[in-house]
Amino acid sequence: MTITLVFLAVIMATVIGWLLRQSLNTQPWVSDSVADSFSGASLDTNSKTVGLTTFLAVATSLFALFVSAYTIRMRVADWSPLAEPDLLWVNSAFLVLASVVYHWTRNRAVAGRTASLKPGLMVAGALSIMFLVGQLVAWQQLLAAGQYASSNAANAFFYLLTGVHGLHMLGGLYVWARSAVRAWTGADADAVRLSIELCTVYWHFLLLVWVVLFGLLLAT
Amino acid sequence: MAYVAIADRDHEQHLHDPQTFIEKYIWSQDHKVIAIQYGVTAIFVGVIAMILSVMMRLQLGFPDSFSLINPENYYQFVTMHGMIMVIYLLTALFLGGFGNYLIPLMCGSRDMVFPFMNMLSYWVYLLSVIILLVSLFVPGGATGAGWTLYPPQAISDGTPGESLGIVLMLASLGVFIIAFTMGGLNYVTTVLQARCRGMTLMRMPLSVWGIFVATILGLLAFPALLVSAIMMLLDKLAHTSFFMPAMISAGEQLEHTGGSPILFQHLFWFFGHPEVYIVALPAFGIVSDVLATHARKNIFGYRMMVWAILAIGGLSFIVWAHHMYVSGMNPYFGFFFATTTLIIAVPTALKVYNWVLTLWQGNIHLRVPMLFAIGFIFTFIHGGLTGIFLGNVVIDLPLSDTYFVVAHFHMVMGVSPVLVVFAAIYHWYPKMTGRMFNETLGKWHFWMTLLGTYSIYLPMHYLGFQGVPRRYFAMGNTDFLPESAQALNASITISAIFVALTQLIFFYNMITSLRNGKKADSNPWGATTLEWQTPDTPPKHGNWGHDLPEVHRWAYDYSVPGQEQDFVPQNVPASEVPVGRDHGVHH
Repeated sequence: MTITLVFLAVIMATVIGWLLRQSLNTQPWVSDSVADSFSGASLDTNSKTVGLTTFLAVATSLFALFVSAYTIRMRVADWSPLAEPDLLWVNSAFLVLASVVYHWTRNRAVAGRTASLKPGLMVAGALSIMFLVGQLVAWQQLLAAGQYASSNAANAFFYLLTGVHGLHMLGGLYVWARSAVRAWTGADADAVRLSIELCTVYWHFLLLVWVVLFGLLLAT
Repeated sequence: MAYVAIADRDHEQHLHDPQTFIEKYIWSQDHKVIAIQYGVTAIFVGVIAMILSVMMRLQLGFPDSFSLINPENYYQFVTMHGMIMVIYLLTALFLGGFGNYLIPLMCGSRDMVFPFMNMLSYWVYLLSVIILLVSLFVPGGATGAGWTLYPPQAISDGTPGESLGIVLMLASLGVFIIAFTMGGLNYVTTVLQARCRGMTLMRMPLSVWGIFVATILGLLAFPALLVSAIMMLLDKLAHTSFFMPAMISAGEQLEHTGGSPILFQHLFWFFGHPEVYIVALPAFGIVSDVLATHARKNIFGYRMMVWAILAIGGLSFIVWAHHMYVSGMNPYFGFFFATTTLIIAVPTALKVYNWVLTLWQGNIHLRVPMLFAIGFIFTFIHGGLTGIFLGNVVIDLPLSDTYFVVAHFHMVMGVSPVLVVFAAIYHWYPKMTGRMFNETLGKWHFWMTLLGTYSIYLPMHYLGFQGVPRRYFAMGNTDFLPESAQALNASITISAIFVALTQLIFFYNMITSLRNGKKADSNPWGATTLEWQTPDTPPKHGNWGHDLPEVHRWAYDYSVPGQEQDFVPQNVPASEVPVGRDHGVHH
């Protein structure tokens, strides 16, 4: 549980530290014209960004707990490490490229280049789908080699972690599909900019999670 | 009043304008309607859970007098009672119900920032409730593993509902967590970003603070339950061995090897303890506002109350293993958790002192919501004090499996939050419905409930000291217990039935007052917070008519010296208040 605790300590420290800074040195019972003109939004950004950031904290909590469970379970004697398929390196490359292309598309959207949106979204989406397909093929290879989830806890964790990560990618692809539909039906860069920006953050997050998970799988 | 589109800074929020009955009341995106949907559903399952508890009590009070109740049923009643009360009633009611109703109204917003997702949150919650209720009727029945669902027994032969019941239970929890996450993202984002002009964080009523921090706890803690639910489902369905050790069942070696049941306990309680505060913090917040309003006095130590909520929220993540002292853990580990557990008593006690000091020299109006709020202080102190006993390893070990623990957690997180639920329903009923409830019936409801619950749970402490084991269907070979233990058990059961029947008064009052109640003023209690300042009662879609309110003061300007009225609403500017303000005398 140490990993989860460290993560949660960081999050709670951030949240509570920020909230305390907002609340120290205030005397809310005294009339205060500065407070009267406060806009009502605590963060200088839009609601969707706050919503996504909060969701990323939730998802990180989920993955941190899986990783904690993994590190606790692997200490039991029956653990026999899984030889991960080499295909995962190729899949990782797809995911890195998807992240890069999404970032490029985001930069073009911010710069107002509507013409770049369609190719950008198409390539980013295709790479992401190839990542998912690649993961399924890796499952297929393991199953063909007789490495079932029930064979060993290490196997079970492999399917579980890649599966949960893949489900998060599917959720991202749903939002990707929505912005793609808008791009194809004539929305300009400004209209889909926010959606693409947030997706870019999400893709980077999924890449980061994957790097951690892949590293953990390789190292143990 | 016709709803006219959004003012200034709300531009990113496109409030839809519902026209049809279905859009207004069924597939509604209005936070108030969603709140009531959440509330009604949660109370409905809560009543089922209460009936289940009466069934348990019948067996305990009058063993083997009812052929309907066999050991399997008994364990199913225990399990479903606990799970429903903690998750599907209290969590859903405080956050989905009161969170939804109060956050936008108290913060001065038109609605939640993601109304569609908010609507989805309720319907997904309803789905989780349906899955849960279906599990009562599948072959083998609901799971009887106890609400903590500990493996290996939860998914092993011999436990009721080990085939389908447990699978549906875990699926229902997963669905519930998705629903909660959708709601929770809304509550956090709305509190952070969609308050009205002038509503700084430190001008927020404590209800909002409690719900806000509880939501953050929920968002970070529920994943632990999701992780354990997914892994247990896989152990059950895909024959993995995350939690399942090598076992021999009915002479046969099962295919599981090496799984760690203790890992499940860690994950479960990593969720389970913050869950206590997910329920308690909204209750703390609401009770603070009810006390201040009906005592006509500013809450004592507002800033400390906020900091205590934050401190409790942070500490709640590092006390979980005090639920596991009897799991054979390293004593040093236990010592650490005993220490953190006792530390969390400090901010909690601070809150209790501040509630009592709020009452001191207040102009107390013993209206129904106030009675329930004061009742809460009593039950919470009792439950909290026994918590200090149980937080210590050496005291917990002998008491852990006795009725002392049952008495403790029912006082602290059963009765106490439920009293706040009643306080809150009575307090906001006039705003939600536009009608007053029957005060006399409300008082009968309070006194019968309070005295009734005390006569249930106070004797349980004695039973616990005597060593009456909890979880048992029948006492069996327990010669060390005097005959009188059984007499006490019978009296507890009679009290439980009495309290259950008493709730009929509540339902009768709430339902008949909808039609027959006196029309409520927009602000019958003379409260300062924004929800009482709406142009319509009950508030219409969009809450505030044409203009959003602007806030000029904190939520607790009660009995300000030099004022004619004994309260100044939050949206009254300083210029409209006669002299006498801001001399610092009222703090």
